[in-house]
Amino acid sequence: MATTSEPGASLIGASVKRKEDQRFITGKGRYTDDVTLPGQTYAAFVRSPHANATINRIDASAALAMPGVHAVLTGADMQAAGVNPIPPGWLHPGIKIAEFRALAVGRVSHVGNAVAVVIAASPSIARDAADLVDVDYTDHPAVADAVAALAAGAPQVHPDAPGNVVFNWQLGDAAAVDAAMAGAKSVVRQHLVNQRLIANAIEPRASLANYDAAADELTLYVTSQNPHVHRLIMGAFVLGIPEHKFRVIAPDVGGGFGSKIFIYPEECVVAWASKTLGRPVKWTATRSESFLTDAHGRDHSTDVEMAFDDAGTIVALRVKTVANLGAYLTLFAPAVPTYLYGTLMSGQYNIPAIHVDVTAAYTNTTPVDAYRGAGRPEATYALERTMDVAARQLGLDPAELRRRNLIAPDAFPFQTAVALQYDSGNYEPALDKALALIDYPARRAEQAAGRAAGTHIGIGLSAYIEACGLAPSHIVGSLGAQAGLYESGVVRIHPTGKVTVLTGSHSHGQGHETTFAQIVAQELGCTIDDVEIVHGDTGRVPFGMGTYGSRSGAVGGAALFGSLQKVKDKGRRIAAHLLEAAPEDVDFAGGNFFVKGSPSRTKSFAEVSLAAYLAHNLPPDMEPGLEATTFFNPSNFVFPFGVHIAIVEVDTETGHVTLQRYLAVDDFGNVINPMIVDGQLHGGIAQGAAQALWEGAQYDSNGQLLTGSMMNYGLPKAAFLPMFETDRTVTPSPVNPLGVKGAGEAGTIASTAAVANAVLDALSPFGITHLDMPLTPARIWSAIHGSHGGN
Amino acid sequence: MTEINVSVNGRGHTRDVEPRTLLVHFLREALGLTGTHVGCDTSQCGACTVLLDGRGVKSCTVLAVQANGGEITTIEGLATDGVLHPLQAAFRETHGLQCGFCTPGMILSAVDLLARNPSPSEREIRHGLEGNLCRCTGYQNIVKAVQHAAHTMAGGASAVAGD
Ligand code: FES
Ligand code: FES
Repeated sequence: MATTSEPGASLIGASVKRKEDQRFITGKGRYTDDVTLPGQTYAAFVRSPHANATINRIDASAALAMPGVHAVLTGADMQAAGVNPIPPGWLHPGIKIAEFRALAVGRVSHVGNAVAVVIAASPSIARDAADLVDVDYTDHPAVADAVAALAAGAPQVHPDAPGNVVFNWQLGDAAAVDAAMAGAKSVVRQHLVNQRLIANAIEPRASLANYDAAADELTLYVTSQNPHVHRLIMGAFVLGIPEHKFRVIAPDVGGGFGSKIFIYPEECVVAWASKTLGRPVKWTATRSESFLTDAHGRDHSTDVEMAFDDAGTIVALRVKTVANLGAYLTLFAPAVPTYLYGTLMSGQYNIPAIHVDVTAAYTNTTPVDAYRGAGRPEATYALERTMDVAARQLGLDPAELRRRNLIAPDAFPFQTAVALQYDSGNYEPALDKALALIDYPARRAEQAAGRAAGTHIGIGLSAYIEACGLAPSHIVGSLGAQAGLYESGVVRIHPTGKVTVLTGSHSHGQGHETTFAQIVAQELGCTIDDVEIVHGDTGRVPFGMGTYGSRSGAVGGAALFGSLQKVKDKGRRIAAHLLEAAPEDVDFAGGNFFVKGSPSRTKSFAEVSLAAYLAHNLPPDMEPGLEATTFFNPSNFVFPFGVHIAIVEVDTETGHVTLQRYLAVDDFGNVINPMIVDGQLHGGIAQGAAQALWEGAQYDSNGQLLTGSMMNYGLPKAAFLPMFETDRTVTPSPVNPLGVKGAGEAGTIASTAAVANAVLDALSPFGITHLDMPLTPARIWSAIHGSHGGN
Repeated sequence: MTEINVSVNGRGHTRDVEPRTLLVHFLREALGLTGTHVGCDTSQCGACTVLLDGRGVKSCTVLAVQANGGEITTIEGLATDGVLHPLQAAFRETHGLQCGFCTPGMILSAVDLLARNPSPSEREIRHGLEGNLCRCTGYQNIVKAVQHAAHTMAGGASAVAGD
């Protein structure tokens, strides 16, 4: 095992224990709500109890009369002060953008929509006063379901989005699909609901703003996965604060899973209120507020048609999806059911003709945006669930059907029918490895024997691909992104040779303080304790895009790697000068520069660092100092892939599912820290399996959230899950110098389909071909007993 | 306001509190011990778990006045003289944490679990941590951490503080 005190040891690929753990296991983590500023006040929000209503009047007089209340502010106050609506970050042609104000003006469009804010001396006074704010509403009919919202005569969510259509988006060759379908041997059709989920990072969202009038500078602490993006959008678009007068700090962040990417109303309100009142203002969500206001995920209703020839080869795929985007468009929302979804529809398969048609709808529900995997789990579920339905209809083993359709290893780079070009891949070895590790024939034999004895085992496969490492800026720009998706990395060598790294990536559990330090230590031959990783502070770090879309290693790590090469190169020239050798004759290894062929002529990295800062004896024309900045803009996405297999047992008496085994074989390219990658997979698998079995947000027809707390939303607990088994194949990515891909979302992308397929496989003797998720005991029991004619 | 006397991590505190103040808010706001976290408002997540008179309690469900006269251990007080409790060390060793937000409550629940059952099975650990939610780890390495610590503690490798 590599330790922190072995300079020069091969650190990339070693399961180094995490540097950041010391503070977390001793209670010294510093999350946003842990920060307290002198004179701090507290915000509490007045929220709409209605899903669709007109605001007639807001009477704050009783609240204002309470001792300790500093102010009650409304949307009208914000509008009068020139605060703008929060814009979405991706656009499509014809998109209808409903005004998303931090505090509603005139109308509310979902339960929990913020209407006013109370600023008070303590959290309890603020909460009590918020309850005294009297809002008079006229309630209107609401619509929560996207398919219902698109039907004629549905209640209108926004007057300027007729028929509740946000946009219609299509990808692929419709005519080619029609022709291939017409000539196909068989067409498999399946309707699939990918239910709405709620991220539920265990740390609730929080923000604390402090306006310093003397410096005319605003500082915002916020639970953010991307503090520079927060600063850019809040500063330039919403609040009108110039970036050099606005500092955003995302300190320790307790999990994100996408839900902390977006610019939320609450942080805009506390930032503006702090400036307006001249005092620090803090807000921390209650879990109930998290359920109502954190952006939700998924929520698709999809029809899949997959056409085959008589050899079981897919000849065409047609996918028609209705995506529920909720009441407003948050940052990534337009991209999730489109570019992050439709482009993945080829999966690992050679499908010559694909057409994807997505209609996004406004509904009177919480906004829907990226949640772990963001579009790619939905695509994988649509494709992989349909593959299992097809295998049953065609009378083929699901593993065999997949194998027949895999893209051949010599076909890369492979141009899919849905825009993406896969740069690399080798899919069959992962399938073979997964089948061998689980001993697939033995499991099928066990299943058959069990069925005879009355036990119902199910085996489910999921072969996935994801495009991550977001993203090549020129591509996303041409697709409607209002930003580039490069990353920054600064390597600052101090005169003693110690290293400070400034990265635009953000860790909210990913362990960058360790993995990035591993890259530095490996490249410079120092120990990881010689390296400090700084992230999450726009006051210290150059502009960066943050962490989501499994991009930190592949984009942020690559930026860091680029800067390391630059400082090594300058160091080499300094060393050559000091050693009176030509730079090309100087090598660097184990933390020392030395003249090739005469290893005794050497300068340590620390000596060279000091020389760079003393500047007494540098090559002519060389500037003093040793520091480099790199903005890495990837040339393509990276494409992790793998095969996951779930084994479940269904108790047909109760409908209860036990997840017995779960095996993941993944290809993440080179892996910097296997321990951390496995940990990410475990968490991802748990979230994906939870979608298959337990989680699902439910609204009633009036737009009231029925699953608004941890009591009635099925988050997985330790007892629900087995030990996951993980293994890998290694196909390095060619698009970044580290050869890494992304690992943060793969578990979630693959596991939902694997677990759902396993349950439906177990239920096949009952003639049940498909059930929508979550596959709860009630749903399974009803289906079994329905299939038996009621008993 | 009501006066309470509590010992927290071995130090006595006498404070006036509002009767409705929850223990977790008392610890975080009055004493500045922000290692104890709040993750929910329905007593589900366990992020707020502390030891009260040696037993794990969810400090969001205990009023500060109910803790009057009690001895409380929070995550900040679990190490003794700079030596980590075996569970703290085990969480680091087995990568039992990612974002770290559930971790203080998870560790203190595990202290309680091992005090009641020093060599639990995997199943007993999973059921014993029923009151603690983690969204990052899928629980796998948390279970391993508890197994690892149980092993260390059975070997008497290091002093056990906090109970
Ligand atoms: S804060 Fe969630 S159980 Fe106490
Ligand atoms: S480590 Fe993040 S919630 Fe457990």
